[in-house]
Amino acid sequence: MPATTEPQGAGSGGNPVIRLENVFKTYDLGEIQVQALRGVSLQVREGEFVAVMGPSGSGKSTIMNILGCLDRPTKGRYFLDGVDVSRMSKTELARIRNRKLGFVFQQFNLLSRTSALENVELPTVYAGISPEERERRAMESLTRVGLADRAGHHPSQLSGGQQQRVAIARALVNTPSILLADEPTGNLDSRTSVEIMDILQTLNNEQGLTIVLVTHEPDIAQYSKRTMLFRDGKLVRDSFVPDRLLAREVLKSLPTVEEQAAEDAEQEARQAKLAEADTTL
Amino acid sequence: MDFMNTFRVALRALARNKMRSALTMLGIIIGVAAVIAVVSIGQGAQYLVQQGIQAMGTNAVFIAAGSNRAGGVRQGYGGVKTLTIDDMNAILREIPLIKQAAPAVQSRQQVVYGNQNWNTSVTGTTPNYFDIRNWPVQAGSVFSEEEVDLAENVCDIGTTVAKILFADENPVGKTLRVGNLPFRVDGVLESKGQNVTGQDQDDVIFAPYTTVQRKISGITWLQFINASAVTQEASLAAVAPITSLLRERHRIRNGDDDDFLIRTQADIADLANQTQSVMTMLLGGIASVSLLVGGIGIMNIMLVSVTERTREIGVRMAVGATEDDVRRQFLVEAVTLSMMGGAIGIVLGLVGSALISNFLTWPTLISGKAIVAAAIFSAAVGIFFGYYPAHKAAQLDPIEALRYE
Repeated sequence: MPATTEPQGAGSGGNPVIRLENVFKTYDLGEIQVQALRGVSLQVREGEFVAVMGPSGSGKSTIMNILGCLDRPTKGRYFLDGVDVSRMSKTELARIRNRKLGFVFQQFNLLSRTSALENVELPTVYAGISPEERERRAMESLTRVGLADRAGHHPSQLSGGQQQRVAIARALVNTPSILLADEPTGNLDSRTSVEIMDILQTLNNEQGLTIVLVTHEPDIAQYSKRTMLFRDGKLVRDSFVPDRLLAREVLKSLPTVEEQAAEDAEQEARQAKLAEADTTL
Repeated sequence: MDFMNTFRVALRALARNKMRSALTMLGIIIGVAAVIAVVSIGQGAQYLVQQGIQAMGTNAVFIAAGSNRAGGVRQGYGGVKTLTIDDMNAILREIPLIKQAAPAVQSRQQVVYGNQNWNTSVTGTTPNYFDIRNWPVQAGSVFSEEEVDLAENVCDIGTTVAKILFADENPVGKTLRVGNLPFRVDGVLESKGQNVTGQDQDDVIFAPYTTVQRKISGITWLQFINASAVTQEASLAAVAPITSLLRERHRIRNGDDDDFLIRTQADIADLANQTQSVMTMLLGGIASVSLLVGGIGIMNIMLVSVTERTREIGVRMAVGATEDDVRRQFLVEAVTLSMMGGAIGIVLGLVGSALISNFLTWPTLISGKAIVAAAIFSAAVGIFFGYYPAHKAAQLDPIEALRYE
């Protein structure tokens, strides 16, 4: 059995939730074969907050799809919660995604014209839970991301940050073992991004939720506890984050939405004045 | 995912594009409505025909004098003079399958009562004619055998004649004039209404055949014999012996045409039923083409829907929907669409056939079988044409689907 890479001292955490053993993924595109992953071994323990980084084409999306049980490795094994899921059928994988994984996407991927509450309920529907229990859990989950008062709103009536919080609530509703977030802040402005990171950090710190985050932004990776750098389908660096940012602290230093708006208005006024000066010349 | 939830999701998805759903359903609506209407009308027609055939009499065997060929000119049925009362008596005597028989000679005459006159058909026959045709009198009585033997000037009249000549008067016992001869009215027959071809069967006068032969037409032969067999099967079985008997009596050489024509009620009923069911099947077939087109419409719109909702499918799969869940969802949607169309179509079909029967005074028989068949068929259309799009949705790769723009 090949040794799994792990940064020094990581053994102090809980049980391993994710263990990849020498995973290969090859895409057969007819004439050419693309090796997206070339022998990746890694381990993530309960309560960790890992950022997966790498340039495009590095295999970070592929690793995310495999960790998310949306795809199966061509070779190698993937143990999720100690169970080998690398050879499971599509239906079994759907069940695993439903029970053990929560997804947060860059595009939020909420169902349009469907209330926030019903969006959050969606995973429970496929878990065969009674309607009353479904609603109770969805409401509880929405409360955790601070959106209980927006339960009846449709995605189009919510801001980007709020939509992403609904998506997080949806990911949490079946109490998964891991939360997988794929560029969760990619479509958000910097302040909202930090707010989302604050929610993730809180879930990680206070409830011990294991989080795997894919991002290409180094400053977003700074909020995690550990980063894995991928290049050419290989894990090239796996290290703890030395100067971890705390979203709550960062938020204090950032201008609030109102301040930002005031600043923007000021700048606009200044530019208008300049333009006026231009025309008078 | 439980069924109620799947159904709710389907309804909501359909409600999202109300116009599109309605237009998609239209194909099924028209198809089902057309099938129901056509079948109702067809069955109504069949009922009418059967009534008409029943009115001819039970187990009837109808013998008409054949066409006469005079120098190449054919004269039509009833033209030859070879069919006689002796032929009829011979049939009754020699063919036990025949229970009763009555002769008929017809003549169109001007009839007069008071200041009213009318042109109608005067048929000469015997009293058992009314038994054979199940045609009782509503007032008075049928003329008697004796009156036939004596060739008396008596008659029974149909309700149409009674209405026109006598209006509110009771015709029984009154004397009307046929041509120049006075006839006493013995009775008024019950109304039979229109026959299959729309002819008024009550516009008739019946008199002893002897009277009509001698005093009105001046002939010695018969135009028709209305016979009745012991059973329905016997009516068919009697055709061959009657044919050979008559050919022998009329001295027709082998190879020559018959100079008479035999029809049985069973024959006519069969023919009419066949024509009717061919018509109903043909029209029903045309109507079901519309159902087929409607089904293709559903498939088309479901394929569009699957493409439009690729991301939604991806999300559902990511949060744990299995292929079966996705397939079921789209299948239920298609079936909901087709069954709603079917239900509306059934209602429209019923309303349509009610309207048609109202305007055309044509009975429509609403067949429960047709309704059940339409409901099942529309569900089947939904399943058949919904399966491919649903399967396509289920086969989507969640990774691709989530990336779909």
